[in-house]
Amino acid sequence: MTDRAPRTKYMDRRGWSDIIIGAPYIWLVVFFLLPFLIVVAMSVATKTPTAPPFSFGGDHPLINLDAYQRILTDDLYLRAFLTSLANAAISMVLCLLLGYPMALALTRMSRGWRNIMLMLVILPFWTSFLLRVYAWMGLMGRNSWFNVMLTDWWNFIVPVDWAVRSIPMMNSNFAVILVMVYTYLPFMILPLYASLERLDPTLDEAAMDLGSTPAQVFRDVTLPQSIPGIVAGGMLVFIPAAGELVIPTLVGNAADPMIGRVISDEFASARDWPMASAVAVALLVLMVIPTMIYTHFQGRAEGSK
Amino acid sequence: MPADAPGAGEPFLRIEGVSKVFGTFQAVKNVSLTVQKGEIFSLLGGSGCGKTTLLRMLAGFEEPTAGRIFLDGRDMAGVPPWSRPVHMMFQSYALFPHMTVEKNVAYGLKHEDMSAKDRADRVREMLDLVQLSQFAARKPHQISGGQRQRVALARALARQPKLLLLDEPLAALDKKLREHTQFELMSIQQRTGVTFIVVTHDQEEAMTLSDRIAVMDKGEVRQIGSPTEIYEFPNSRFVAGFIGSINTFDAIVTARDAGQLRLTLPALGAEVTARDVPHVTAGQSVTLAIRPEKIRISRDAPEGPNALRGSVKDLAYFGKDSLYRIALPSGTLVQAHAVNARRGDEGARVADWDDAVWLSFDPAAAIVLAE
Ligand SMILES: Nc1ncnc2c1ncn2[C@@H]1O[C@H](COP(=O)(O)OP(=O)(O)O)[C@@H](O)[C@H]1O
Ligand SMILES: [Mg+2]
Repeated sequence: MTDRAPRTKYMDRRGWSDIIIGAPYIWLVVFFLLPFLIVVAMSVATKTPTAPPFSFGGDHPLINLDAYQRILTDDLYLRAFLTSLANAAISMVLCLLLGYPMALALTRMSRGWRNIMLMLVILPFWTSFLLRVYAWMGLMGRNSWFNVMLTDWWNFIVPVDWAVRSIPMMNSNFAVILVMVYTYLPFMILPLYASLERLDPTLDEAAMDLGSTPAQVFRDVTLPQSIPGIVAGGMLVFIPAAGELVIPTLVGNAADPMIGRVISDEFASARDWPMASAVAVALLVLMVIPTMIYTHFQGRAEGSK
Repeated sequence: MPADAPGAGEPFLRIEGVSKVFGTFQAVKNVSLTVQKGEIFSLLGGSGCGKTTLLRMLAGFEEPTAGRIFLDGRDMAGVPPWSRPVHMMFQSYALFPHMTVEKNVAYGLKHEDMSAKDRADRVREMLDLVQLSQFAARKPHQISGGQRQRVALARALARQPKLLLLDEPLAALDKKLREHTQFELMSIQQRTGVTFIVVTHDQEEAMTLSDRIAVMDKGEVRQIGSPTEIYEFPNSRFVAGFIGSINTFDAIVTARDAGQLRLTLPALGAEVTARDVPHVTAGQSVTLAIRPEKIRISRDAPEGPNALRGSVKDLAYFGKDSLYRIALPSGTLVQAHAVNARRGDEGARVADWDDAVWLSFDPAAAIVLAE
């Protein structure tokens, strides 16, 4: 005897529901887990001048951990990891600071305006991402109207000896963060909006009624209830930003590369596939562990509710 | 029961000509009323008649379009909700889902200048008051609807408001719990001495709870009075019909003498006598209203002025009493309540289906409405 609700024979679609629930898992296994296992295998292979440029065994150990050792010892990799994490963290915080007020404003608008504004938030996705990055390159270039305007402005407010001919924006970490914030902002706004939109406005009134000013209402009622949205948005920005390749390649500083650039260079230029694979595995572990810790505590919090 | 200081000049709450317009829709129309300290005052009316809107103006969430509100002698215009000594118990309870029961109750107290120990003591006192001490550590979704209602009450009372506004406090509870909670609310009100304004659409609830009731209709206050006044002396056909059930007939005043009114009821072809009321003149069209329990049913012709013949059309037995529907010769149906005072089988009833009976009532029991 189980205490499941009885099903009539017409409702008993267990077979179908298993297939439907199973499909994403099959997808994950075929297109994520298997390729990932291949990458893990490559990361412990040895670089050889063959095609493909690695091999197992032979003159070399079957499991060759040299690549991992180099990650820990060669400070090129450590620096690249730190740059990536720092850039991703700064972008995430900036996206949060910019996106939170925007998401909150969206929930306070009339329905008509809200739909228009939501459209505007996702509108950039309708043009090619590369095109948008090139547009930023144009804007940041030395002779662009944007740079000229900012330069005039800068020269106007600072003492004369600080005056500059133009602001060196391109090929810097500043440019990388600027373009990443621009690119990933919608990924912060949308989950924040989804979690803020669900909140009951009577709760705000109840807090106000009990003596809280609007700022205190935000701190005590709105903010704590939007934490799942903040975490979701934060992960959606942080994880792809940390592994970002295109933006640092196009607008970043080649002397201070991000980890995506390092992986790409190892694969394409150095043809050191085991090294590239090891860096990719390390990046994934670095991203997955905090996510798993959060999910674990979140699950615990849900369970104890 | 009201701790109404006799001779106190200024009422505790005074609402003066308050109106609220949303766009082109007038939700509250020129409401004026006063509430005494320590009173339970009810706003009674159907759905959409503006009760919540009036309450929200008292709490400060809406600004009146016209009129003024004085609380304890202070004009409330422009005072934001967070600085009003008024707390509201929301219809949905509006408990903070991310806080425990204890944190919910303590929420308002963080704005009070008091020590952590006093604060904890007050929270405990409030939880004891609503008998929820053992649920202090739960989150709102882990307790029942009735318990949630009591958390909302404790939270609203914790800061010792001067005035507590309760929006349909019992509407979300099932019938049995509602009756029990009604008495609990009254007892808590007596112990705390806080002035209550209760919004309800349930006339029985209003009658049981309140010291005074304001009956509202389409944004207007139609009558204010004690439950007895509202029930026994309604001032309009609307109020008479809204509270309890009542028989109403169109009537014409034929004569007025010696404290009595003679009326003719054209639809019934009958003449009746009622107690005199001010502001009517002979020849005027009025409404005659009689509560079903004030009509006597008998098999023999009764003594007295107001007697009508009829036959039992319908009869519903409720145990302690029975409701009869009596058809008059004109076809009009009259409702009459009779208490089943004698114990017995069907023979003990005053009358049975299709029996010919007499209906009678005192002139004082008839309500003459001149509206
Ligand atoms: N913010 C608002 N904007 C427009 N109309 C409103 C608003 N609040 C209430 N109303 C309207 O005012 C009327 C009275 O509402 P309410 O006070 O909630 O009634 P009740 O509580 O008596 O059921 C309703 O018709 C409602 O639609
Ligand atoms: Mg209401």
